[in-house]
Amino acid sequence: MDFFNHIINGLGLGSIYALVALGYTMVYGIVKLINFAHGDIIMVGGYMVYLIMVKWGLPIWLAVPASIVICAFTGMLVERVAYRRLLVHNAARISLLITAMGVSIFLQNAFMLIFGTDPKSMPPLFQAEPFKLGSFELASTTVINIVVSVIMMIGLNLLVNKTKIGKAMIATSEDSSAAKLMGINTNRVISFTFAIGSALAAVAALLYCNTYPQIKPSMGNLLGLKAFVAAVFGGIGSIPGAMLGGYLLGVIESLTKAYVSTTLTDAVVFGILIIILLVKPAGILGKNRKEKV
Amino acid sequence: MGYLKKKTGVYYLINAVLVFLLFFVLLNLINNRIINRTSTQILTLICINIILAVSLNLVTGVLGQLVLGHAGFMLVGAYTSALFTMNIGLDLKIAFPISLVLAGLMAAVFGVIIGIPALRLKGDYLAIITLGFGEIIRVIANNLKITNGAMGLSGIKSLSTTKNPSPMFIYAYALAALTVFLMFTFGRSRHGRAVIAIREDEIAAESMGINTTYYKLFTFVLAAFFAGVAGGVFAHQIGVIDPSKFDFNRSVEILIMVVLGGMGSITGSVISATVLTWLPEQLREFSKYRLLVYSIILILVMLFKPSGLLGRYEISIPKFLDKLFARITKKTAKTKTGGA
Repeated sequence: MDFFNHIINGLGLGSIYALVALGYTMVYGIVKLINFAHGDIIMVGGYMVYLIMVKWGLPIWLAVPASIVICAFTGMLVERVAYRRLLVHNAARISLLITAMGVSIFLQNAFMLIFGTDPKSMPPLFQAEPFKLGSFELASTTVINIVVSVIMMIGLNLLVNKTKIGKAMIATSEDSSAAKLMGINTNRVISFTFAIGSALAAVAALLYCNTYPQIKPSMGNLLGLKAFVAAVFGGIGSIPGAMLGGYLLGVIESLTKAYVSTTLTDAVVFGILIIILLVKPAGILGKNRKEKV
Repeated sequence: MGYLKKKTGVYYLINAVLVFLLFFVLLNLINNRIINRTSTQILTLICINIILAVSLNLVTGVLGQLVLGHAGFMLVGAYTSALFTMNIGLDLKIAFPISLVLAGLMAAVFGVIIGIPALRLKGDYLAIITLGFGEIIRVIANNLKITNGAMGLSGIKSLSTTKNPSPMFIYAYALAALTVFLMFTFGRSRHGRAVIAIREDEIAAESMGINTTYYKLFTFVLAAFFAGVAGGVFAHQIGVIDPSKFDFNRSVEILIMVVLGGMGSITGSVISATVLTWLPEQLREFSKYRLLVYSIILILVMLFKPSGLLGRYEISIPKFLDKLFARITKKTAKTKTGGA
């Protein structure tokens, strides 16, 4: 039964990775950029909730949408200020990567100066009784994580496949110059992609704060890195792949923590990245190119 | 028409003379205590940072791949060399150079391990995999017994003493000069041309028969080797190392030296490594804002001058002298004809 419990916990953790990985995979699919700043958007989301709920003492139903909207705008702003010029001029990939890195360092250090380097503790966001199934008990955070991430994924799938802007996203990712010729405003599509990715990161931030009630300016580093590994694991550019990779990574991490070593989990995650790149660089669902966004 | 005929040979000679001249001037100033202990330390750190920046420039500038974990290789080198000199029981004068070679080799081994999966593929995997490496190697060093965990290693003996303050500087300076020389000649060698071809167009290079994986890996491992050596010198220079000294911020500092100086410009890296090591020492009260300023500079340079301030331009003193001579001879020739 213990084993089963670890897997469920892993799925709860994996839901957070999956939501962050979606942002990586969407941006990568559309502009072929590893958006290093994505992990820090999670941090921005966490601090916004902290600012609104703890500092200003406003209720949660205000804090949640506000932090999601602020994150979406931050994502769009980052794209507009830092990436747009390079994307339009078709700059070298390395310039884009360095800029992304710069944005990441900027966000971290700016928040460090504003809020201080010490970790801030968060109040529990969504409280509920543990779920009981006979003798089996589940923490409420795990259930909330899984349910929210599944809802988000269904919503995203509907958005991408059924709406006009979603179809424009698919078109831009497949061939952006052809999409332009068809009258699609690719700049707006890219901007929208960043907004959606960042909003998902904000949701991930909420789940993260709910599960581990502590935030600090550098929290996005490792979380972002792991989510990226998840995206590569599932096949970068593929939306279902990112979800699958996220859940798998969460389960692997939880099992490693339980049966191997608590300190070396991060090294194991990194080892997974190396093995995937050696064995199947396209990832589990990587072949599924038509799903690419 | 240049003034000097056999240019390359003479250029090398002039540069070598200038490097030696600067060395002897600095050495005399240090030995006569005109440059004090702290400044000697800063000079040594400048040399170490030059090794780091120039070696990173090899991958980022010449090969065109982003590496975000240079400090990780430095950590490997630093611990390897420190553990060697602390445990081997040899005289430090003999053990130190051996430990530096070992440090470089160990870093190179790690370079191979993470380079093979990342460089076989096209795209930006090297950036993320080195970022991961830099973070993970720190976690591992924090948890191993042999590295003494987060406490780190202390009591690493330095060659420099109060009586004789210069040996560390001599090592650092010589290694920096050697690194610059090797990188410069590498860029003009068969290997270097192959690597530049890969940077410009990987597919075209491959179709010309260049083994892209081999050359990419070779370049990356070479850079890792030098980062390891720099780490070894660094460990013995400061005497106390712990994993937090080689964190991500350190990698960023090296990266900004390369980007600011110009990606592909060795002299640019040397200059920016010098300035960016010396300046923060003078502006200690602003250290809180340093990374914030660095990140803004990174973004602005990328937006408006993506190849870095110097681009691929190399500052060359012999070339400058050459032009100067040419101008003087022209002038004298003119006055002669004017007088006749």
